[in-house]
Amino acid sequence: MNILAQEMSDSNRILTIALFMVMVLVTIGITIRGGRSTKTATDFHSGGRGFSAWQNGFAVAGDYVSAASFLGIAGTIALYGYDGFLYSIGFLVAWIVALLLVAESLRNSGRFTVADALSYRMRQRPVRTAASIATLSISIFYLLAQMVGTGALVTLLLGIKEGETFLGMDAGSAKVAGIVVTGLLMVAYVAFGGMKGTTWVQIFQACVKIGLAFVLAILVLAEYNFNLSALLGDAAQASGQGAAFLEPGLKYGTEVAGDSVQTLWNKLDLISLGLALVLGTAGLPHVLIRFYTTPDGKTARKSVNWAIGLIGMFYLLTLVLGFGAAAMVGKEAIVAENPAGNSAAPQLSQVIGENIAGSTGGAIMLALIASAAFAAILSVVAGLIIACSSSLAHDLYNGVFKRGEASGRQEVVFAKFAAVGVGAIAVVIAVFAQDLNVAFLVALAFAVAASANLPTLLFSLFWKRFNTAGAVAGIYGGLISSIGLVIFSPTFSSTPTSLLGEGVDIAWFPLSNPGLVSIPFGLICAVVGTLMSKETNPTRFASMQVRALTGAGAERAGTH
Amino acid sequence: MTTTPEGDGPPPEITDAEIAAMHDDPRFVALKRTLFRFTVPVLLASLAWYLVYVLLSAYARDFMGIVLFGNINLGLILGLSQFVVTFWITWGYNRFTARHFDQQSADLRDDIMNGGGR
Repeated sequence: MNILAQEMSDSNRILTIALFMVMVLVTIGITIRGGRSTKTATDFHSGGRGFSAWQNGFAVAGDYVSAASFLGIAGTIALYGYDGFLYSIGFLVAWIVALLLVAESLRNSGRFTVADALSYRMRQRPVRTAASIATLSISIFYLLAQMVGTGALVTLLLGIKEGETFLGMDAGSAKVAGIVVTGLLMVAYVAFGGMKGTTWVQIFQACVKIGLAFVLAILVLAEYNFNLSALLGDAAQASGQGAAFLEPGLKYGTEVAGDSVQTLWNKLDLISLGLALVLGTAGLPHVLIRFYTTPDGKTARKSVNWAIGLIGMFYLLTLVLGFGAAAMVGKEAIVAENPAGNSAAPQLSQVIGENIAGSTGGAIMLALIASAAFAAILSVVAGLIIACSSSLAHDLYNGVFKRGEASGRQEVVFAKFAAVGVGAIAVVIAVFAQDLNVAFLVALAFAVAASANLPTLLFSLFWKRFNTAGAVAGIYGGLISSIGLVIFSPTFSSTPTSLLGEGVDIAWFPLSNPGLVSIPFGLICAVVGTLMSKETNPTRFASMQVRALTGAGAERAGTH
Repeated sequence: MTTTPEGDGPPPEITDAEIAAMHDDPRFVALKRTLFRFTVPVLLASLAWYLVYVLLSAYARDFMGIVLFGNINLGLILGLSQFVVTFWITWGYNRFTARHFDQQSADLRDDIMNGGGR
């Protein structure tokens, strides 16, 4: 009963496909409704700024909780125990930065994009260009990680193994089909629904994924009479690791016996990852632009309250799901299905369903959790595509090339084509890169956000002396150092799991996560760049700070 | 209370200089100080607590493995404490802004938008 694919009959797959189809139809319906009232640039980029705190909070949760969190963290906990939990803690604590410093100020001082806030006090073109390049890099890294994962996930969720066929597709073509369908859907959401449609899609999908994770976690706990300690005990015993399974150290910062240097690097790598996670979230463009969809700064801040509640609850649920899968599915069965552990939550749902209502129950639960994972993929990629298209249209096309003279209508038309273009490129790259190990791209996106975006955003809000040269140096410094260090790290070459494999060895930087070096480096670049230029603009700083704290002069709901 | 437009229509015409003039107003200076006195220490404390947690996970594994009861060890409790702290700060900031920030900030905005900021 543990091996998904062998048990998975065609009728089960048809049930899963049917639920996928329901999800697709519902979200397309939502998109068409949202698209009907999308006319102005404010509608397209910021959903008309009419979303309430709870609505934007749910949409942020939809935007943020990716399939990597949903399946990846549960899987990591199932295989490595405690260390998977460590990841989710960074993802949550990071929201304190967004809550206390960023959400309200950003909403009050920008219009559509991160570059709006960053370039407010500065010379427009150089800062907008830099900020837009950072936005595009972060969003495209993140998007590629999601898209490449999508193919594997869809085949996993449908239970198609190598050598099997379903509806005439073997595993390879099912992967490509998964990527293409996801690509078409995300482009459709954004191009037809704009931010309004995308927001409602994300609200709906947040309800689906968090609701189903909640139901599954309750069912798991019910098996243990809501005794968490008993669940952990079973998980530790089933893992074969005993108490070590419940302690840090099986995956991150591992101690290599007899190699103290490698042990040191591993531990620094863990700290580096922790830093990027906690400082990266408040610099992720696809999350930040969501704050512009609220009527004012206060609502933007209150939407973070909702987001923290939902995201926090979700990560507590993954803890239960991960340990539940370790206890009730077992490591061997999970690894047999997917070596990275991504199948842990779906397999757990099948076991739970079977305990309740036999094989039919198993099939239904599996299909439900599979569609929750599908929802997670779709809502995140849609958020990423809209971040890219907004930045391309508003920052590069209108701000830089047209010097702000294009009409709102031209900007919207450009943004729609940009969404199609970015979507097409992402699909093509993802299809060719599907056998590469691109999991590092998520960590890289967080590292760039933490190194390039967050320091410059905070300086521009709070440091009077900060200027164009500082912003440009900070953004490029953080961006180039993050990417550069990853290229020369073990994730890129020199080990069997590297992107380029073992054959190539250009790795001189020992850490997989660049944050520990690139975040301070981005910060120093911003400071040095600032001090080397004489430019200051005290009036602009004063007005930005007053705007950020009071919302004076900010565009409100329904502005045309 | 608030007279800024809530519904349709563009924001009233207002120049940068008019907004910037509020920056030196004692009420704005006080508002800024009140806000930063809350956010900066809270932010630094929460990041420090997170960093302590990550460092303990990296370097103090025996400590994290101390069993408190049943199968619940100190590492799990400290990890869950990060959730508790995050929720608690969210609640606390919400209470702080309701008491000491939102009304004051809205009053200043109204002043600026009605041309009374100087």
